[in-house]
Order: sequence, then structure tokens, then C-alpha cells
Amino acid sequence: MESTQQKNHQIPVIYLKPSTGWLPLDFGELWRYRELIFFLTWRDIKVRYKQAVLGIAWAVLQPLLTMAIFTIIFGVLLNTPSQGLPYPLFALTALIPWQLFATALQRSSISLVGNANLITKIYFPRIAIPLSTIFAALIDFVISFVVLLGVMAFYRVWPGLMILWLPLFILLSLLTSLAVGLWLSALNVQYRDIQHMVPFLIQVWMYASPIVYPIETIPAGFWRGIYSLNPMVGVIQGFRWALLGGTRPDITLVISIIVVLILLISGLYYFRRMEKTFADIV
Amino acid sequence: MPDFAIRVDNISKRYQIGLTHERPDTLRDLITTKARQIRYLFKRDQKARYKAPSHIWALKDVSFNVERGQVLGIVGRNGAGKSTLLKILSRVTDPTEGFGEIHGRVGSLLEVGTGFHPELSGRENIYLNGAILGMRREEIDRKFDEIVEFSEVGKFIDTPVKHFSSGMYLRLAFAVAAHLEPEILLVDEVLAVGDAEFQRKCLGKMNDVAQAGRTVLFVSHNMSATLRLTQETIVLDQGRIVMRGPTPEAVDHYLNMGLTKQGARYWEPEEFTGAMNPFLPVCLRVLNPQGKVVDTVHAAEGFAIELEYNLIEAISGLRVGLYMMTTRGEFVFTSFDTDDPEMFETFTERPAGRYISRCLIPANLMNEGRFVLGVNASSYRIKRFFQDDKALTFTVDVTGAPGTQWPEKRLGPVRPKLDWTIEKIE
Repeated sequence: MESTQQKNHQIPVIYLKPSTGWLPLDFGELWRYRELIFFLTWRDIKVRYKQAVLGIAWAVLQPLLTMAIFTIIFGVLLNTPSQGLPYPLFALTALIPWQLFATALQRSSISLVGNANLITKIYFPRIAIPLSTIFAALIDFVISFVVLLGVMAFYRVWPGLMILWLPLFILLSLLTSLAVGLWLSALNVQYRDIQHMVPFLIQVWMYASPIVYPIETIPAGFWRGIYSLNPMVGVIQGFRWALLGGTRPDITLVISIIVVLILLISGLYYFRRMEKTFADIV
Repeated sequence: MPDFAIRVDNISKRYQIGLTHERPDTLRDLITTKARQIRYLFKRDQKARYKAPSHIWALKDVSFNVERGQVLGIVGRNGAGKSTLLKILSRVTDPTEGFGEIHGRVGSLLEVGTGFHPELSGRENIYLNGAILGMRREEIDRKFDEIVEFSEVGKFIDTPVKHFSSGMYLRLAFAVAAHLEPEILLVDEVLAVGDAEFQRKCLGKMNDVAQAGRTVLFVSHNMSATLRLTQETIVLDQGRIVMRGPTPEAVDHYLNMGLTKQGARYWEPEEFTGAMNPFLPVCLRVLNPQGKVVDTVHAAEGFAIELEYNLIEAISGLRVGLYMMTTRGEFVFTSFDTDDPEMFETFTERPAGRYISRCLIPANLMNEGRFVLGVNASSYRIKRFFQDDKALTFTVDVTGAPGTQWPEKRLGPVRPKLDWTIEKIE
């Protein structure tokens, strides 16, 4: 009798009621579903490379090919300044965090619609889906980061102690893609226009970030401040600084962090509010 | 500690018409609608005012309790609200109104294979699907061999499931889902697919789950499965509970809500392909004395029940049987076409061909009510060729039967005309 009572104590009670208003993210629940997030991430990674002949080599080729194109167009033809660094290295150092962000954003924004069959049949915290696509993008990042280290070794550029700051910038890049991804994925459930818009958004965003040109191109002061509202400015600048030295991140980084936090918190609330309707309208 | 597992109180769910079926709105729609709304704000003309989209109630004021360990059936036509109800119970969607309480972890067996990925191997899909259905990793590790064994995919376990036959795919998907161990299991139409043998296996597993004392909500169009697995059933119609009662009565109520064929039950030959069965049932009919197929017979004049069937090859010792049951599931009688020793001698072997076994039910035997007919074809102690426990239901009317001068309901399934004598002894 005692044991049954003990067992009964563990039985969770779930209440079903109409959803009301704005809810914060339930971190406890998210933690309980960590294994699902793990398996969804694992599925994304597995499936992405399963039928590609070159498999994981794409994670190496992609940044290298982009770097080559940028070097020819911007480095050689347009003779863009590169903070005194070899242009290929200058571009690649920015491309690596950029591609982490762009891949994560692109995949997460269509992730809810792509998993409609799960959403309409099974309950789990919906944020697990965009979250897992972002984690999956980290794998590509790790591989291409090794490529970056190789290119750095080729140019005999060695990072200093600033590299210890790198995780901060990686995290900031992920949080940016999560923040925007939450907004866009939730909007895409109702308005499929979003998924047509995202490629353009990413393209414009890339040129609005100091990837092919150095941040000095933007006049310091007021315009630089406006420019830094793009959180990827802080991420990319920080990345270059942590690995290659050069311009130290300043107030721009603080602006970037504030913008990301605003986007992220509002994104979480918006996502939570819309989450209840996903199954009905997806 | 409440003794119920699920309590649902006046739950309603409203959908916008079209929203569930049509493509979601685009931004263009949003912009044009808003523009129209703004334009109409400035117009006085009431007729031209923007009309809000209309709604439908997929569920309306649904209330019920499910006791711990109960296996409850839910039947209803397409669109009656069954799936919406399960979606609310599994928290996939929220109710628009009302309140519910669920005590225990909920597992869903909805459309097997949800979350399967064709590119992944059987092994990988077991883990992925298990996680999606709410199993812990160590739980899957522990049950892995059992799952593989149940699925019978054996050595193909490391092959991508896109190379699986549909049968293997289904077996694997069901095997994962069947090894869930939640306190409450929601089952939706999982038996709608797969061959007969697979369905038998699934039903067996479902039975085990029920026996283990877990609470099960079973939604199906398969009435014989519902009858087999559940004691009590809810009938949904147009989003409302129209009946809750013992399963045979509820099923009967559902079958009588229209749509279903009255007085006769036909079997399609396709239902029996695959198995090398020499006995193919064609039709079970209830006939009045004029030879017309009817849903309602009169006890006072008797009636006939006949089973038409094809024998693909000769069967020796074949007996075709009828089981008469009340809708509550009590047997009234069992009778075989070769019960009579003379018939038994004549039909020691039945050659291939088309047959009708007809049984005459004498006048003044049955009481009023709905009855369920089961049929069976077998060779005693050798082989059972066919069985359908709930093949057909029909109504008996007692107008003119003995004792109807008193318009009261008589107890018991039979109302035989018996010989009475009245003696005055003092």
C-alpha cells in the first residue's frame, strides 16, 4: 500500500485549459525534453549528410569556396582594405561566424513548417524544433572552424589570449540566430511569405555586416552606432579581434548585445504565445 | 488521490472555417483584410461592413471522466470530433473553452510512424521515434531488443527505412509505439492499416496494455476492435457526446446513426486476400417471412437468418454457426447448420461452390430489442475458417407477441410462447 502511494506521488497532473496571454519560457519543461532536443539535432545532422556524396566535406568546401569568390571580387578586383591582413584570411574569419548564423537562421525559420507532422500529432515544447536546428548548425561550424585554423596556420597568424573571448562571440551569434529564428519560424507558420523572404533577408544582412569590408569603412560616431544595431556587427568584429587582433570591440558590442537580448526576449514571448496555435494552423 | 485518470469538463474547441484545410493566410491576405477593415470603418453602410470569418465548433461542451485503468472506446463518424478530442487530451492543441485534468503521463499512438525519417536506418528511427513519443534513452536501450523482435524486421535493422516494405515499416513503427509505458495511452486509428495478421498482433498488444491496468482511450472506426478491447464507449456526433454506455450498446447506437447498411452485411473478397482461406463469406442477411431483407423483424411471425458464402475448395466437417447476442454482450444462443445428426451425416464433406446456410428462427421466441449476430465457420477441432463476432445487428419488434396486452418491458432476451395451464384445485 505504501509503495503504491509513493508511486502515485510521482504521477504528474496535467491541466487542460484555454491558453491565456503571454507566458514566459518554461525552462524546467525544456530540460525534461532535453533528450528530444538531442535526437532532433542528431536527426538533422544525420539526414543532412546522409545522401550527399561528399558528405561532411561540404562543411569544409562551402566557406573555402565563398572565401575564394570574395577574395577574387572584393580583394583582387575591388581592392577592398582588409585591416592589413591577407584578404582571404580577413574574409574567412568573418565568414565562419556568419555562416553559423545564416545556416541556423535559414533552417530554424522553416523548421516548424518542415516538422508539421510532429507538431500536429505530438506534444512537446515547440521551441525544441528551432533550437535543435540551431544546435545542428554548430556541427558545421566546428568543422569549418578547423578549416579556419588551417588557413591561419597557412598565413602564419597565431591568435593571442584574446581567443578566450571567442566562446562569447559564438554564443552571441547563436543567440542572434535563435532570436530572429523564433520570430520568423513562428510567423512562417501563419504567413508562408516568410520562407520566401528569408534568403533575401540573409543576403541583405550579409552586406550589412562587416564581412567583405572592414568596419572602419563605416564612419565612426552616429552612423557607426546605427550600423551596430545589427548584432552581427558585434559578433564579426569580435571574432576578428579574438583571432587576428586589430580593432578592439567597443560600444558597438554593447549595442549588439542589447539588441540581441531585446529580440530574444520578445521572440521567446511571441513564440510562446503563438505556440498554442501552431497545431491548428500549420 | 482521485480515482480518475482523465476528467474533462465542458471542453469546447472552435476552429475557423477553412483554417484547418486551406493554405494558411499569406501576408497579402492580411494586408488586404486590414485595408478593407480600415476602409469600412469610414463607411456607414452596415451591409458592406467586413464580416468576421465564421467558425465551427469541432467539440462542444464535452464532459466525461475516465477511471484509472479503464479502457474507453470513442466512436463517431469522420468529423465528429474524435481526433480533436485526442489532440486536446494529448495537449497538441488547447481547448477554446472548458477545463480538463489528466493524472499521469500521456502517450499517444497516433498514426504509427509519426516522426520516422526515411533516410535513417531502422535502428536510428527506433531511437528517434522513441524520443519523440516520450521515451527516455535508457528506456529505449533497455527495450531495444524487444522492439526489434516484435517488429520482425530482424537483419534489416540497419537499413534505411525507405527501403522497407510498407509492412515492415508499419511493424517497426508500431513496435516502438507499443513499447511505450505511459499511465494513459491514447490510440487513434492505428489499426486502420496493415494486413490481417499484423492487426491481430496489434490488437493482442493493445489487450496486454489494457490488462496491465493502464488507462486507454481507444478511437477507431473498427467496431469489432472496439468491441473486443473496450467495455465502455463514448459516441461522438457533431462535436457532442450523444451517448456513453456499454460498448455493444454504444456501437449499436453508432451503427444506427445512419450510413450503415441495414439488415445485411456484405464482405468484400479483398478483405480475405493473402491468407489461403477456402471459406469466403459473401453476405449475412436477416429476412422476414416474405423473403425481404429487413432491419426489423416481428417476433410474432418468425424470421430467417442466412449466410451466403463461397467454398474455394471442398471442406470436410464444415459447420457454419450463428451466435445470437444482446447488445449488452450476453449470449442468447449458439446454433450450427449441421447440429441435426441427419444434416451432419449428409454434409460430411461440402464440395467447392456457392452456398447459403439458412436458419429459421421460430415465431414467438425472441424478446424485443436490438440483437447482435455473430457468425463462424469451422471444422470441429481442426480449423476455424472464419469468424465475425459482431457481423450484424437487427431489431426485434414484439407487436402481437405473447403478453403484449400489458405494455410493459419484459426482462430477458427471449420471450417464448410457452404452454401454460391453469387449474383450479380448490
